[in-house]
Amino acid sequence: MALLEVRDLDVRFALRQGEVRALRNINFTLDRGERLGLVGESGAGKSVAAFSLLNLIAKPGYIAGGSIRFDGQELIGLGERRLRRIRGNRVSMIFQDPMMTLNPVLTIGEQMVECLKAHRRIASREARAIALHKLQQVQIPSPETRLDQYPHELSGGMRQRVIIAIALLLDPDIIIADEPTTALDVTIQAEIMTLLLELCEKHNVGLILITHDLGVVSQVTQRMLVMYAGRVIEAGPTREIINDPQHPYTQGLMNALPQMATPGSHLNQIRGSMPPLSQLPSGCAFHPRCDFVTRADGSERPACSRQVPDFVASGNCRVACHMVAEMLAQEAATEEDRP
Amino acid sequence: MSTPSSSPAATPAGGRWQRLRDSYLWYSFKRDRGAQLCLATLLALVGMALLAPWLAPTDPYDLAQIDILASELPPFWIDGSDPAYTLGTDAQGRDLWSIILYGTRVSLLIGFGAVLLQALLGVVFGLLAGYLGGRVDALLMRLADIQLSFSTLMVAIVVGAVVKATLGGGFYSDYAILMLILIIGLAEWPQYARTVRASVLAEKRKEYVDAAKVMGLKSRRIMFRHVLPNTLSPIFVISTVQIANAIISEAALSFLGLGMPETHPSLGSLIKAGFDYLQSGAWWITLIPGAFLVVLVLSINLLGDWLRDVMNPRLYKG
Repeated sequence: MALLEVRDLDVRFALRQGEVRALRNINFTLDRGERLGLVGESGAGKSVAAFSLLNLIAKPGYIAGGSIRFDGQELIGLGERRLRRIRGNRVSMIFQDPMMTLNPVLTIGEQMVECLKAHRRIASREARAIALHKLQQVQIPSPETRLDQYPHELSGGMRQRVIIAIALLLDPDIIIADEPTTALDVTIQAEIMTLLLELCEKHNVGLILITHDLGVVSQVTQRMLVMYAGRVIEAGPTREIINDPQHPYTQGLMNALPQMATPGSHLNQIRGSMPPLSQLPSGCAFHPRCDFVTRADGSERPACSRQVPDFVASGNCRVACHMVAEMLAQEAATEEDRP
Repeated sequence: MSTPSSSPAATPAGGRWQRLRDSYLWYSFKRDRGAQLCLATLLALVGMALLAPWLAPTDPYDLAQIDILASELPPFWIDGSDPAYTLGTDAQGRDLWSIILYGTRVSLLIGFGAVLLQALLGVVFGLLAGYLGGRVDALLMRLADIQLSFSTLMVAIVVGAVVKATLGGGFYSDYAILMLILIIGLAEWPQYARTVRASVLAEKRKEYVDAAKVMGLKSRRIMFRHVLPNTLSPIFVISTVQIANAIISEAALSFLGLGMPETHPSLGSLIKAGFDYLQSGAWWITLIPGAFLVVLVLSINLLGDWLRDVMNPRLYKG
């Protein structure tokens, strides 16, 4: 059985102008020590997905349905006390901006000791020793002095190391990393990502990496989900999706990478922008931006604007696209005709 | 992007004193003559008040030491003064210098006590209202609005009347200091609650609060250990203003006869006591305690102004 199993997760925000569905029918699993990427544009629902895993969506958001099973235990509907025992202890989280996630008025050591004491009955001195050990693991120079320093005394890269150390503090089973390197210098990004990858491999920690950086996803994760407007549109082994993206949106994302454009020409882009969740188009949410709404012979594919596509299996991946479904059906038909 | 980190050798390995010396607060204080003067004056007055029993030539609370024949003697620079009474005497023959020392003590005690009570109530209520939001917020803030619609004076009159009626006038004057602390503290807590709530609302949106929740910390702990320290600088700034306000409130109440009794006077009741003799030429009984009150309140207020400027990050970080 998988360590984390998310079934039909449905998250809504009750806003004044009506209910907005931020996440619909999210399904995925994560095994112990597995690394999963969550990819999509800003506003696709990646961070909401991360927060809902810990049942920490801020009002007016709420989980409307589905199931999140962690280590055999259902998290939805679980009491606050028992959830607290999981947060930070068995599932921890790394945020985007290391400048903001550390409390400016407490020293690094105080914050680490506090986290330890919230979950274990432990003496301060012992907690400090563990904190020091974790700081050494994240390769911070002179870790002893860091314990008594305030966050503003550290550089961005060092702070993110501290945050990783805090995430590892209680030897969690899963780390959720929400764009852990976006706010850092490009030179530091690779360092931090390598460190995170190494530590996850070494301690057999599962990683859910939320990012819009396809390069990072391809290097770090084993499987990935592509999200668009609150839905997963393509899921499968990272290598397969990167090498041969099926969904037109994923193809567009790949084409938009700067290295895909010929030097000197304009960068490729997906035309239009993601619709606001309150005004989703009918049918496939991507169809107004999709080049494959019309078939190769020029005829319209009416299902695109009428019906939400179901997942079809393509290789080891699952794709939600009418065009892909149609092509697969044709292939199957021709194969049946052959004998 | 990332701020340059100071080299490990240059950062002090601890010591709050060292940290204070390195701070912008200290830097600004060293360059501000006005702030230095105010702090010096305030410290002198507080020191005088604390050391009153040793500094005062007579004990104004001891009736045996009062000579009614020596009443209304002028201060030393006016003819007819007695060298034993530097600042003259009041209508009952008490040494004005001694009684001002003791009066400052009472005024400061009430000022600090009332502010402590205000801060305690205001910070807890403001923190709860801001952090929990929703119904708790609505309830506490309406309570604050109701409280603010009564003036300190009205609260004092009502509480004074109720206490005097139920427990007797003797009880009221015996516990006048406590009563005044209670009255001024209760009347002014909404100032704190509103300020704290406003900064908590801003703080709780910051990511470190999310991070603390993700760590699995309890709400109470996040409120008091993570959010509260980040709202301290506005609390600090309004505290100075509130102390000055509380001292003034106490003086006003005493002047109206709702405060300290004349046998145990504060600066306010001294001013009131002397007021009756203003016309008969004994102006010093009112004006000298009045001057002390003005200097005390002014130095606290100026210090508060300076503090507000220094602690407002928008003013120096650009």
